[in-house]
Amino acid sequence: MSEQIETPAPRIWVFIEQEEGQPHPVSWELLGAAARLSAELPGSVVEGVLLGHNVAGIAPQAYRYGATRVYLIDDPLLEPYRNLPYGHGVSMLVTKYKPEIFLFGATTLGRDLAGTIATRVHTGLTADCTELTIDPKLKILAATRPTFGGNLMATILCRKHRPQMATVRPRVLSMPEPLPAAEGELLREPLDLNERDIPVRRLRLIPGKEQLNIEYADVIVAGGRGMGGPKGFTLLEELAESLGGVVGASRPVIDAGWLGHEHQVGQTGKTVRPKLYIAAGISGAVQHTVGMSGSNFILAINSDPKAPIFQVANASIVGDLYKVIPELIRQVKGTRNGQ
Amino acid sequence: MHSVVAIKQVPDTSNVRINPETGTLIREGVPTIINPYDIHAVEMAVRIKEQFGGTVTVISMGPPKAMEALIECVEQGADRAILISDRRFGAADTLATSYVLAHTIEALQKEGPVDLLLFGKQAIDGDTGQVGPGVAARLQVPLLSNAVMIESFDPVARKAVIHRKIEQGVEVIETSLPALLTVEKEIATVKRAALSNVINAARYKPELWTGDAPVPFDPEQIGIKGSPTIVGKAFTPTPRGAGAILSVAEKGLRQTVADALAMIVQANVVTFEHHNGGRS
Ligand SMILES: Cc1cc2nc3c(=O)[nH]c(=O)nc-3n(C[C@H](O)[C@H](O)[C@H](O)COP(=O)(O)OP(=O)(O)OC[C@H]3O[C@@H](n4cnc5c(N)ncnc54)[C@H](O)[C@@H]3O)c2cc1C
Ligand SMILES: Nc1ncnc2c1ncn2[C@@H]1O[C@H](COP(=O)(O)O)[C@@H](O)[C@H]1O
Repeated sequence: MSEQIETPAPRIWVFIEQEEGQPHPVSWELLGAAARLSAELPGSVVEGVLLGHNVAGIAPQAYRYGATRVYLIDDPLLEPYRNLPYGHGVSMLVTKYKPEIFLFGATTLGRDLAGTIATRVHTGLTADCTELTIDPKLKILAATRPTFGGNLMATILCRKHRPQMATVRPRVLSMPEPLPAAEGELLREPLDLNERDIPVRRLRLIPGKEQLNIEYADVIVAGGRGMGGPKGFTLLEELAESLGGVVGASRPVIDAGWLGHEHQVGQTGKTVRPKLYIAAGISGAVQHTVGMSGSNFILAINSDPKAPIFQVANASIVGDLYKVIPELIRQVKGTRNGQ
Repeated sequence: MHSVVAIKQVPDTSNVRINPETGTLIREGVPTIINPYDIHAVEMAVRIKEQFGGTVTVISMGPPKAMEALIECVEQGADRAILISDRRFGAADTLATSYVLAHTIEALQKEGPVDLLLFGKQAIDGDTGQVGPGVAARLQVPLLSNAVMIESFDPVARKAVIHRKIEQGVEVIETSLPALLTVEKEIATVKRAALSNVINAARYKPELWTGDAPVPFDPEQIGIKGSPTIVGKAFTPTPRGAGAILSVAEKGLRQTVADALAMIVQANVVTFEHHNGGRS
């Protein structure tokens, strides 16, 4: 094909992740970041990359979140996600359109795919970034990420190879406001692959017991080892419910089997940024706080006045959580009980 | 049956300390461990060997000290261990690391077929989880990341059924072999090393592969030269800054909780529909 790439403008690409036709909200968070990067890179454009089967309906949403164009590969082989056909399709687009920057969500799917693409097109990839900016002098992507268990932050540059790739976990970036009516261009590309070229096949999906999405909760009431056992979590549930929130936990709680892994907050759990995060009986190890320090308001309850969690909390209650939580429940329920 | 497991020796990040002035890692006195996921990968490979026969090879790119980690894998039941170590491999990012490991596996494939490649889900020092997918892409073998179980394994038909953890639950996948799995800890619980293996390991010397021998590595693709990414700067995270401290001992339970709720209301983060302002 002799299709000319009409604009030499640097392309900032965002992988629009979808499963079963449902776009993952991290895609919109990334489009928000792409727009901020674009403002620092004169003449650049923000574009989305969408793969799947019968998913063209997602493109208009991408326009509303700032993509001016969406590259779409729509093919039955792309449902459900498999590494090989996605890797094939996306690297083909990269080779053809040569984006300058390419962002992925650091989800299970996004990590699986981004690592494959970076190797296929031979470029650098920075995982789990917490901040993306343009280096003012070099005019390249400066991708900041925690390393050594959150003890150290490092800013990574990719000087000579393109695209400059990065993944960002859901909820690390804020959700941009969608524009009510925005238009964009849909550009379809073929996959050019046969089922017999794909050595894996999904036999079945065992759905997760609980589809708990603590990443997107507005209120999280989290408990740690200080809860002392699984029983106390019914208290936290009651408090969470009265605030319209969900229950989170630190890792020892998960390791002890008091709650399922979908509740874990932190470096090896989920990143959350609720409006209100209540931490009860959590000491505040850096591996925990990296996952929740983006919360708007943190209330910590701990009997130890020197607990490190107090260093990140907006309000800290020094006291026994088994006294404080019931009182919190009582006061939150407040007038309803006529007290 | 030949399984190859890639393992990394990492600092135990639960004990990591940072020099706040220089922003660098204080390495002295920090214990090193086998990356926690990788030891489960070794265990899985050993179980496959126990069931189907064959051998388990563990490979690691790292400094001479990583010999210890390899010997630990031999105690765990691995038959052969290779340390790929050369100053020129230093400061490798994930692209260069995946090249060195893929090139090593290709050399092993020349000796005989490799049926299964096992990697950890991620290394706890860098936390990238990119090396496994990178090696799979280089070797052009199927990638199954976040594997939690091998449901069936058929070395004759060269097929396996793998469970992998994804956002919606557990995906059951049939794959051809060889395939590369990056594993979660659930893949296999690590058993106590058998005494016979421990005795074996005491005498065992891992092989040392350098940049030139027994197989030459492309100097353009290793170490700093082969790494597209560089660390621009490193710094300690800025703390959020502590807020108000409210003490139950000083103010009493009721008042402390009321004060805390008043602060939440004031911060305007949530509204308490039935709340009377905390002064009940
Ligand atoms: C590689 C790696 C990854 C990790 N990833 C994560 C992660 O994703 N998420 C995570 O959370 N952790 C993670 N950790 C573990 C982390 O380092 C800490 O060990 C963990 O967060 C501590 O959990 P905790 O605060 O619940 O327990 P502890 O540190 O034991 O703290 C319990 C707290 O409860 C308080 N307490 C006890 N009784 C009461 C009471 N009656 N009333 C009030 N307060 C009370 C105590 O004063 C104490 O501060 C990771 C560690 C490593 C090495
Ligand atoms: N230097 C290395 N030597 C051997 N295996 C490695 C090395 N680095 C990473 N790996 C493997 O790749 C996995 C993921 O590492 P990472 O991509 O760095 O998070 C680890 O669990 C190991 O199995």
